[in-house]
Amino acid sequence: MKKQFPIWLGFALALILLPQIFDTVLGISILNQMTIWIIFALSYNMLLGQGGMLSFGHAVYFGLGGFMSVHALNLIADEIIVFSITLIPLVGGAVGLLAAFFIGSFSTRKSGTVFAMISLGIGELIVASSLIFADFFGGEAGVSGDRTYGPPFFGIEFLQDAEVYYLGAFWLFVATLFMYLFTQTPAGRMANAVRDNPERAEFIGYSTRRVRFISFCAAGLFAGVAGGLFAINYEFITEENLNALTSGRVLLMAYIGGLGFFIGPIVGAVILTLMNSLLSNYSEMWMLYLGIMFLLTVLFLPRGFAGFIMMHQTAWQNRRLGTLILPYLITAIPASLFLAGFVGLVELSHKGDDTLSFFGLILGTESMLSWGILLTLAGIGALGVKLSRPRLDAAWVLANTVTSDNGGDAQ
Amino acid sequence: MAEVFVFATLNGLVTGLLLFMLASGLTLIFSMMGVLNFAHASFYMLGAYFAYTLSTYIGFWGGLLIAPLIVGGIGAAIERYGLRRVHQSGHVAELVFTFGLAFLIEEAVQFFWGRDTKNYQSPELFDFALFSLFGQEFSAYRGFMIAIACLIFAALYFILTRSRVGIIIQASISHPQTVANLGHNVPLIFMCVFGVGTALAGVAGVIAGPVLTTFPGMATVLGSIVFVVVVIGGLGSLPGALIASLLVGLLQSYAIAADVGVPELLNQFGVSFDSSHPLDDLWTLNLPQVAPVLPYLLLVLVLIFKPTGLMGNREE
Amino acid sequence: MPLIHELYHSQSKKNRFAAQRSIKKIASLTIGAVAYTLSLTAASAQEPVRLGFMDPLSGTFASVGTSGLKALEFAADYFYNSRGGILGGRMIEIVPLDNKQSPTETQLQFRRAVSEELRIIFQGNSSAVANTLNQTIAKHNRRNAGQEVLQINYAAVDPILTNEECSFWHFRFDAHAIMKLDVLTDFIAMNDELNSIYIIGQDYSFGQVVADNTIRLLGEKRPDIEIVGNEFHPIGQVKDFTPYVTKIASSGADAVVTGNFGADMVSLARSIIDSGLTVPIYTFYAAYDGITATLGADGKDRIRLIHTDRANPLASDERREFYRAFKAKNPDSDITQSRLVNALMMVVQAMEQTQSTDPYDIAVKLEDMRFTSIAGDELWMRGEDHQLFQPLYISKQTDEGIEFDADNSGFGLFTEYEVSTEDTLTDHSCRMRRPRR
Repeated sequence: MKKQFPIWLGFALALILLPQIFDTVLGISILNQMTIWIIFALSYNMLLGQGGMLSFGHAVYFGLGGFMSVHALNLIADEIIVFSITLIPLVGGAVGLLAAFFIGSFSTRKSGTVFAMISLGIGELIVASSLIFADFFGGEAGVSGDRTYGPPFFGIEFLQDAEVYYLGAFWLFVATLFMYLFTQTPAGRMANAVRDNPERAEFIGYSTRRVRFISFCAAGLFAGVAGGLFAINYEFITEENLNALTSGRVLLMAYIGGLGFFIGPIVGAVILTLMNSLLSNYSEMWMLYLGIMFLLTVLFLPRGFAGFIMMHQTAWQNRRLGTLILPYLITAIPASLFLAGFVGLVELSHKGDDTLSFFGLILGTESMLSWGILLTLAGIGALGVKLSRPRLDAAWVLANTVTSDNGGDAQ
Repeated sequence: MAEVFVFATLNGLVTGLLLFMLASGLTLIFSMMGVLNFAHASFYMLGAYFAYTLSTYIGFWGGLLIAPLIVGGIGAAIERYGLRRVHQSGHVAELVFTFGLAFLIEEAVQFFWGRDTKNYQSPELFDFALFSLFGQEFSAYRGFMIAIACLIFAALYFILTRSRVGIIIQASISHPQTVANLGHNVPLIFMCVFGVGTALAGVAGVIAGPVLTTFPGMATVLGSIVFVVVVIGGLGSLPGALIASLLVGLLQSYAIAADVGVPELLNQFGVSFDSSHPLDDLWTLNLPQVAPVLPYLLLVLVLIFKPTGLMGNREE
Repeated sequence: MPLIHELYHSQSKKNRFAAQRSIKKIASLTIGAVAYTLSLTAASAQEPVRLGFMDPLSGTFASVGTSGLKALEFAADYFYNSRGGILGGRMIEIVPLDNKQSPTETQLQFRRAVSEELRIIFQGNSSAVANTLNQTIAKHNRRNAGQEVLQINYAAVDPILTNEECSFWHFRFDAHAIMKLDVLTDFIAMNDELNSIYIIGQDYSFGQVVADNTIRLLGEKRPDIEIVGNEFHPIGQVKDFTPYVTKIASSGADAVVTGNFGADMVSLARSIIDSGLTVPIYTFYAAYDGITATLGADGKDRIRLIHTDRANPLASDERREFYRAFKAKNPDSDITQSRLVNALMMVVQAMEQTQSTDPYDIAVKLEDMRFTSIAGDELWMRGEDHQLFQPLYISKQTDEGIEFDADNSGFGLFTEYEVSTEDTLTDHSCRMRRPRR
């Protein structure tokens, strides 16, 4: 922990400084989303990455925490209870924990497919009941509240999103810290052991079921905290925050980021939030790109983006990271050409009678030349990648070979 | 009341057998490769869309013949170039891969065919009522659906238990290493099984498309329910899949047909609540309202009490 | 660049006709370009008037959203931008905001709109989204004086938006569900052959409003009509509607009333048709976006719609020309919601009258505005609840007498019954809180 102090300090500083850099309404709103999704994705990683439990219904704890938090906001507004809204994430967390406690008591008995299927079934049941019990869940319109009531926090009434951001950043820091510390506790360590080899864990006297149950409850707690933050930020919550789509999204985040690394879900949450909020403004086809990117990640980066970064550890230790820069750049140029060509083709085929403005060119769907330009571009790009790959691979092997010379340098 | 019961049974049978067409392929793939294919219903959707496009050129029957072949080909290609690669990264990676695939196929369908519902019609040959009972018609096309499903079950069952191919397939399920040592190309068998499984889903799509409407959400509507069926039946068990399909189909159909709910139940005990009660939603619940979630309830209950499913004998 | 593109275009076709057409096009383009440059020099100093259009533009619900966006963009170009703009030469720019029909995304897109200083937002699809936007805007406007945003609701029909939940910053240009049901039940009540009705709908607020009010209104108008079924099914989750149709058939109903939309509408209608039932189906949303084409001849004379657009035969030449121009540019789309055009024109009129684009000024001007639409309909925006009153129509799906069809299917809507603006007036329970200026 001591060694990592600079990292945590840097994290805190980044959280404080980010809204100064991205200070538009949109920027703050994206940052706010990120705080929520990072906590949620980290909590999901406690299940899948650290505990080996694949869940298709993790949004249940997020959503239930959020619903209860919005109801708490309303109770505060009606002056039925006196409670600072800064502590709302605790309400969410408590509800998430409680729900996980009940559901986990039978769902964590088995891992693997049985666990995954129970999580799917429970998820669908909760979503269905959310539409039936309209008093609590508000039907398809959801329930809404107002965060500006209740006792002000040192004069802050949380009228603006920026004020909410700092509240979210505080909770993000606290939650991240606790989730990290959890991985260092015996319970967290045992979760890894049970994931990797349940039989051995049983042999040395641990109940795998209990270990899974503890991880499950902790994950539910932090998912609930994220749900509470959601409630404060958006001041409403609907059924869609409980459903399989949200569960799928958090799975995507954790996986794209990299399951094996603590930082992975953070990377995934940041990437997906950015794609979701920015890409969709430029293209109707953004979901298609997202799907393709996801599949490519699963195929070629099985350990996610964080895993990709960590792949360079050896080269870094060999002090040969620099030798990779040029080969990377050489491959990146045709790769981006291919990407541009491909995106152009996708966009153009979707334009109908409109034209597509593509790097200053105006392309029409009926002009053969337009298609030709894009196809050539993609073709050249693909060819270029194919040609430059051997060089990159060679450089990669070289950078990762430990020579006695470098070994000496490293010490 | 009798006619409601008869028709509810027939409807449940049609839904159940349709589910079985999907579940049979899914369970085949699972028992062989250990892959729970999340994208299975997406292949069903692809079947419907390909058949729609083909039917505008060569008619329904051409579509029924060719569309499943295309879908099976796509499935085999995905196994060969996608799944096989991901297989090295473990089961979670495979599941996540098929999960992403389902997402991508839905987007791709919207990209190529658009988002509107498609005017995919059943052949005119079947534009008559098979029989009329209590003033209600049972269309010939639905009879055709039942026939096809039964045919598939019979054929699959025969191939798997009576033919040489079936024996090799069954052997590769339990002892892949031994089968490989005997000189069989196990990866090729895997690819073919995946192709056939997805082609079966394609067949289901081709014949369900005209009655259940062909639209981009059709995979999502069916997606998780097929999963539920396979898991309830017991992973890897073909008879289990059939029983579970019929069970789920009939359960939903009867639940919709039955006009009973909590109020009726409570009245039996002489209890009633007025509508201002805070738990009003609970007291006014009725069976048709909850019909679509009953399979999930069944799933959770089965898994809690018999984690192997009704007919299964293994958990993973 | 467009000229070069056109040339290549003609070459690629290697076709004399195309080449000739191209030359004509080039000539017209040159003229157009000159005119455009002229108008640019006049207006270049002026910023465009930017209007937000928030609806699903990606995902499953996108077809409705994109067709609305096309219509709004076309209307802005057709009526204003090609005629020199508004407010002394300012162009209208429509900024698409894709909310994916999700309340959460709506909030995100709203923040983006605020970031980009879009102060007027057109929104229509889904009452849940409209409610969220209404509340979000109310909170935002209260907390950020001087940066108010105005919601132009062109299609969300939940009655509460102009009743209990009404807001100064929300204007509805569609008739709400109860107004429409009032007309629909009048129409049903006139038909003496109908003795029993089956109501089926999606299990959510709109479906419930339809069911409750159909029962209430028919009870007042035709107490002898028996409601033989009142069924809710989960929204978007039913694979096969046949079990429901079995119940409809065994109830012996003479007609079906449903508020279903999208795939749920098509599947329900298909199942009814396939089961050999011949009952008429009274609906809200059973046309366009592939639905008319899918139901085709099977839906002829059976599918009836309550809506705000007079369908075939069109009443005015102005609207006819507008449709033709739209079809020429978008051959695969239809104008499905002319309410959007009404909304745009009324907002522009308010801008012109106040010479301002400030949401508050526009809102004040819109209140009690009377307006004649291009279809010749008399419209009135009631100031007390910001509900627009307009003639309502009931049309049936048919292929006879159709001048403008739907989905290029040959089938379209033919108007059978209309109710004038005055006859649609209803009470409201709105107690509006007005901002002080």
